[in-house]
Amino acid sequence: MSENRIEMQQIVDQEEHDFADMKARHFKARAKMALENETLRASFRGASDFLMAKRKSVFPDDEELEALRDRGEAARQRSLQDLPELLEMLEANLTRNGVQVHWAETADDACKIIHGIMEAGNAKTLVKGKSMVSEEIELNHYLEKKGIECLESDMGEYLVQLGNEAPSHIVMPVIHKNKRQIARLMHTRATTPDGEPVPYSEDVDDLIGNARAILREKFRNADAGLSGVNMAIAETGTLLLVENEGNGRMSTTVPPIHIAVTGIEKVVRSLTDVPELLTLLPRSATGQLITTYVNMISGPRQPGELDGPQQVHLVLVDNGRSRMYNHPQLKPTLQCIRCGACMNHCPVYARVGGHAYGSTYPGPIGQVVTPQLGNAGGLAANGDMINACSLNGACGEACPVRIPLPDLIRELRAEAARPATATALGMPVPGTGSRRNLGESLIWTGWSTIYKVPFLYRTSTRLMGLGRSLMPGKLAPWTNTRSMPKPAARSLHQLARDAGVPSTAEEARYQNKQRQAEEK
Amino acid sequence: MSLPDRIYPSRPEQVYLVGTCLVDSFYPDAGMDAIHLLQSCGVQVIFPQDQSCCGQPAWNSGYEDEARAVARTQLEAFAADIPVVVMMGSCAGMMHLEYPRVFAGQPEEKRALALAARTYEFSEFMVNVLNYQPMKDGKTSYQPLRVALHTSCSARRGMQVAAEHKALVESLPGVQVVEPARVTECCGFGGTFSVKQGDISAAMAADKADAMAATGADCIVSADCGCLMNIGGTLEKQGRPMATKHLATLLWESAVEAGK
Repeated sequence: MSENRIEMQQIVDQEEHDFADMKARHFKARAKMALENETLRASFRGASDFLMAKRKSVFPDDEELEALRDRGEAARQRSLQDLPELLEMLEANLTRNGVQVHWAETADDACKIIHGIMEAGNAKTLVKGKSMVSEEIELNHYLEKKGIECLESDMGEYLVQLGNEAPSHIVMPVIHKNKRQIARLMHTRATTPDGEPVPYSEDVDDLIGNARAILREKFRNADAGLSGVNMAIAETGTLLLVENEGNGRMSTTVPPIHIAVTGIEKVVRSLTDVPELLTLLPRSATGQLITTYVNMISGPRQPGELDGPQQVHLVLVDNGRSRMYNHPQLKPTLQCIRCGACMNHCPVYARVGGHAYGSTYPGPIGQVVTPQLGNAGGLAANGDMINACSLNGACGEACPVRIPLPDLIRELRAEAARPATATALGMPVPGTGSRRNLGESLIWTGWSTIYKVPFLYRTSTRLMGLGRSLMPGKLAPWTNTRSMPKPAARSLHQLARDAGVPSTAEEARYQNKQRQAEEK
Repeated sequence: MSLPDRIYPSRPEQVYLVGTCLVDSFYPDAGMDAIHLLQSCGVQVIFPQDQSCCGQPAWNSGYEDEARAVARTQLEAFAADIPVVVMMGSCAGMMHLEYPRVFAGQPEEKRALALAARTYEFSEFMVNVLNYQPMKDGKTSYQPLRVALHTSCSARRGMQVAAEHKALVESLPGVQVVEPARVTECCGFGGTFSVKQGDISAAMAADKADAMAATGADCIVSADCGCLMNIGGTLEKQGRPMATKHLATLLWESAVEAGK
């Protein structure tokens, strides 16, 4: 250990400051900051390589993988096809099991409902398992303003909370930090149950052991526990939750109140749908055959039982999902099972990391979901983010439920540039047409005008060839890092014409006749 | 592995060649090499002078009407029922996979579907339709050429012709194929992406350039000139230039050499 605790504190404070600074900027500036941060670059490159290799190792057979993906896609599409019916069935069966079901149209509604449950139960502290929907609705922020203490109990989320940052990945929230950064964070910001600073250690077992000791007390004392849901099974009224740390089981069983929060798309009809998706979820996410814990929650403590929460609540969040459901092209957004494989395979995510996106959900699925959410600023606020994709298709290839992510990103770009005169099908995405600006539409109109008229196109390429020596030597941003491409003196159109290559089927026929005549 | 369930026709007498706008202005010799190669296989090549661009740049930017207007011109230029060979995977993907969407519900929908169905990427056509076999017994007068093959993302994941690319290059006498690290990763070109997100694109290109330089290959070969321009341009700017070649040029040079 070369730094003392004071120096470490300064480093950790600086990291917090850098995060806040980055968060306050717009997408391109955030991306640039991330690209220039070598530590961050190394963390994400390492994570991407590791996770891609790990996933590959558990899907050794391509044909089997494709067959599993077909089944996963079918399972998700079946659920979405009957979504309204399944949600009603889920509510009825959960209610029968003693679970209280709440419907939240907006993020704000969801926060209010959760606060209401806490208030009614006189609950002042909330221990949280991992829940991305709780991040999406910005629950911690809301509850803290109401004087409720929220404590993240997933190791990654806990560290992110200690650092006063946000998750940079939906499955591995603290993947942007290396061991040393995490050791500093624990040493400077966490205290043991005895009130002492946690001793400095980069050893993973030490780090986890220290966090465990702190969290055990919190679980014991929390008034309520919150969790996400990976699947809600309609026929049986069961909430399924996968996790690796046991914190999910603790959050959902130790405190007297358990509040589960999830998006309305997570419902499936029957238990037979579970293996279809559970085969894919952990393999795609972390390269595990199965997670350490698979929790099936079917209701509160029954009379005569010794443990379990006295109340179980499910908050079903819409926040724009009904709109996705009604959009003919964007509906597959709801197929997502939140495994994170798309971000693990995305070459842009591997370069800029999760925080650059500035959204709860980063990476390809984040680019697709975020503009469609009810509380994330729509296309107007996320236009640059959806352009941060080379449409290379790696995400679509990795997605276990075959969401056509590149197609959806392109579709959102079209939504963003939709002319005001066009009537969008179904329910439009918030901010439809908001990114159509005069400059860019002029460029594409001009381009279209030339490229749709063959004569104009040929003339312009010819002129470009003639004027090649007059071409500028610099054209930012291309030439900032690349040499300027030089047009050829003569285009292929000219070369082919000169070589007598026929231009039409008729010309080809005529040439053939001539040749036959000559041969005679 | 080509596109699932795609059924290939027997060897046609004629083909249309889509040069693509990038080849047209920046790699026209590659276009002529493709023409000569196809002709040497006994196929008559028609190069419509009325072709321009497939429309992909505007389509991927979300400017659908502008893209459609340009795509419509290609429907006219490639109207006869003749197979269409496209020199780049990216443009082949646009015409084969996207045109049905571009023209969905439009008056030209039927024609667009028909054109999409008879559109093939260059290597796909050479392998699956022409069953191209380079002259194996041809003597090679030169040292083995070390080639770093770059299969574009649209060729690999869109048209799914990575195997065809590899088969063609590996079949050439006197060519040694070397594989760069992270071979399946995007080079960062992505059309308008390279301009709209210049910093991210440049970071991706720099990594790809490193991977290419590390192979020590004599040249980088691809059937997508956007990638070649991006990777080659980055290496050149960094002062460590590597030769770049379209796949058609590599094949034609080898055929000429073998024929000597």
